[in-house]
Amino acid sequence: MTTLTDPPRESFRLSMLIYDTRYRSITFQIIALIAFLTLIGWIINNTAQNLADLGKEPSFRFLSEPAGYDINQRLIDYTSQSTHLRAAFVGLLNTLLVAVMGCALATVLGVFIGVLRLSKNWVVSRIMTVYVEMFRNVPVLLWIVLIMAIMIETLPAPRAFKGDSPDATMKLFDTIALTNRGAYAPEPLFTRSLGDLHLFGQSSLNFNISLDLLVLLVVFFGGLFVSRKIKTRADKIQESTGERPTTWYLRLGVVVVPIIIVLIALGFHLGYPELKGFNFKGGTYMRNSLIALWLALSLYTAAFIAEIVRAGILAISHGQTEAAGALGLRPGRIMNLVVLPQALRIIIPPLISQYLNLTKNSSLAIAVGYMDITGTLGGITLNQTGRELETLLLLMLIYLCISLSISMVMNWYNKRVALVER
Amino acid sequence: MKKTVFFGALTVAGLAAGVAAAGTLDDVKARGKLNCGVTTGLVGFAAPDANGEWDGFDASVCRAVAAAVLGDPQAVEFVPTTGKTRFTALASGEIDMLARNTTWTFSRDVDLKFEFVGVNYYDGQGFMVPKDLGVSSAKELDGATVCIQTGTTTELNLADFFRANNISYEPVPIETNAEAQQQYLAGACDVYTTDASGLAATRASFEDPAGHVLLPEIISKEPLGPLVRHGDNEWGDVVRWTLNALISAEELGVTSANIADMAAAAGNNPEINRMMGTEGNLGEMLGLDADWAVKAVSAGGNYGELFEKNIGENTPVGLARGLNGQWTDGGLLYSPPFR
Repeated sequence: MTTLTDPPRESFRLSMLIYDTRYRSITFQIIALIAFLTLIGWIINNTAQNLADLGKEPSFRFLSEPAGYDINQRLIDYTSQSTHLRAAFVGLLNTLLVAVMGCALATVLGVFIGVLRLSKNWVVSRIMTVYVEMFRNVPVLLWIVLIMAIMIETLPAPRAFKGDSPDATMKLFDTIALTNRGAYAPEPLFTRSLGDLHLFGQSSLNFNISLDLLVLLVVFFGGLFVSRKIKTRADKIQESTGERPTTWYLRLGVVVVPIIIVLIALGFHLGYPELKGFNFKGGTYMRNSLIALWLALSLYTAAFIAEIVRAGILAISHGQTEAAGALGLRPGRIMNLVVLPQALRIIIPPLISQYLNLTKNSSLAIAVGYMDITGTLGGITLNQTGRELETLLLLMLIYLCISLSISMVMNWYNKRVALVER
Repeated sequence: MKKTVFFGALTVAGLAAGVAAAGTLDDVKARGKLNCGVTTGLVGFAAPDANGEWDGFDASVCRAVAAAVLGDPQAVEFVPTTGKTRFTALASGEIDMLARNTTWTFSRDVDLKFEFVGVNYYDGQGFMVPKDLGVSSAKELDGATVCIQTGTTTELNLADFFRANNISYEPVPIETNAEAQQQYLAGACDVYTTDASGLAATRASFEDPAGHVLLPEIISKEPLGPLVRHGDNEWGDVVRWTLNALISAEELGVTSANIADMAAAAGNNPEINRMMGTEGNLGEMLGLDADWAVKAVSAGGNYGELFEKNIGENTPVGLARGLNGQWTDGGLLYSPPFR
């Protein structure tokens, strides 16, 4: 009789895939994955088959054909003879414009309202509560349409500015015209302009950047950089001697003076809007659709941001405020130096998703006829070419890219301000 | 084995979907209702009346088809569509036919895979401006702000017209006629442009119609007609010949008043007899009852009656027959013979 000292070597049997707990979960996951992929494959295959039956094979050739329609707001050159791709690009820039403007205003308003909602003043905090609840609980589409309707119905038409004793006059020393078609403000002009920088040559995606603007930006950021250097130096002096030199005029000067010099060198002057024919000419024109969309998106998103900011501030232990107070800091400085920097770490992740929401909500632009990417590529181009699938896929891809870019930038910022734990 | 069953089921489902897409006529009969795409509301062409019943020139075409196929002019489910949603609605099968003042163009017929069954209104694009603007020609509109319905041929015609005349304009894209009306009346745009018939219909609903003028320029040809999906010829024939029956009825003097007598027994005009089903078997060829055309015309009257009732000179819309007269009266309406 022999005794076995080693356990018998188990051979792998197929049934173990189900009856052996070591393999079971993997088996089921693989089955689920195969089923899922099959389903997706079937949907794609079915769509392609049906389109082929209709004689509409997916093709992106329409993008290089002339668009044939005009777009009112264009940040780059565009005529009705430009391609559909160009029209989509014009729309994309319009989307980005309203998204950037909206995020900026929403952040400023949101932080302001969020802080005020925590105010000890009963009236102020109640008003802010009403604001937040009002904007947060009504669909943003209604706000967009409402603001547009108010602008169209209450502001005067350009016709009202005509004649010797017009019904309406321009505001702010005759520089700004508020009409129901939008607002006209003076525009910056340069008599000795440096011209434009042409990018991407003759392709559909070419665009120009004003060299004047570039120079101004370079000078501005250069000024900021020098100003920062002055601050670090002042900090050093304060640390070693305990006395802080007065530097505010120096810091302001290094930013402002170079800009003024550049502006004079370029021959800066303002171009004022003037009523000519049917409309105002000259000046910067902000269409009513842009204003309505921008305001509605900002006010709506600001309500959410206010709640995020409030939550962030409340999450900082009250002991910190009391400790700072005990050190003799005034309430304003406590907020700026102690509470907000810590609250920011909690605020930023949910803030990212609000920025994404605002950008995606901007696709409601068509309700007021704002020509964003949904209005051009997903609206008129789709309709005139009948390429639903292609345009919508392209549109989804573009929104995905925009959203992921915003996430990336904000995540990078979040990493920088996040609490570094040791 | 289970996998085989799964794929089998998928195949059957796929085949069923394929078959269902083929026979719109059978679908409509089985459903007992015609899904007809119309505008979201354009007085005279298609708009709900005070009782919520859809009424108008385009809506009547839907009712005539429903009467011919189902025997009941009320068996219509009206689906309001905008300029942007109409083609998707038709292509996806949400509606069986589209009667929404839609212009027959090459690319819609060929590239978008639709089939225009005929023309029920010969139109052209015009401009409407407030009278006090003092404009008498579209060529004086340099720099004007123009309201247009987006997703329409008017958008393209407009761009072409202003480019050809080398003048500038500022387009304001708008989804529906109602919004355009609101913006135009508030002065947010100087000009409203769409098909001349649509302008007349819109103006008719203003408080002060006399304060607005239509400019003399007609900048395009806009043959408006009902359309169906490409590839279902039986259904296309039904809609086409229902429209032709309405037009022929007017030409042959068949009206809603005398049609009952004419259909009762064969008369001495063989074409009327064939149309009424008292002679030959045209209805059977279409897959309909012998008296399909009688029902279609009885639904609201012949083409002329529908025109007078909905958009004619005695209605607020006030359109003259003009191009839309019978060929015998110098118009363009010319139905192929019922033979």
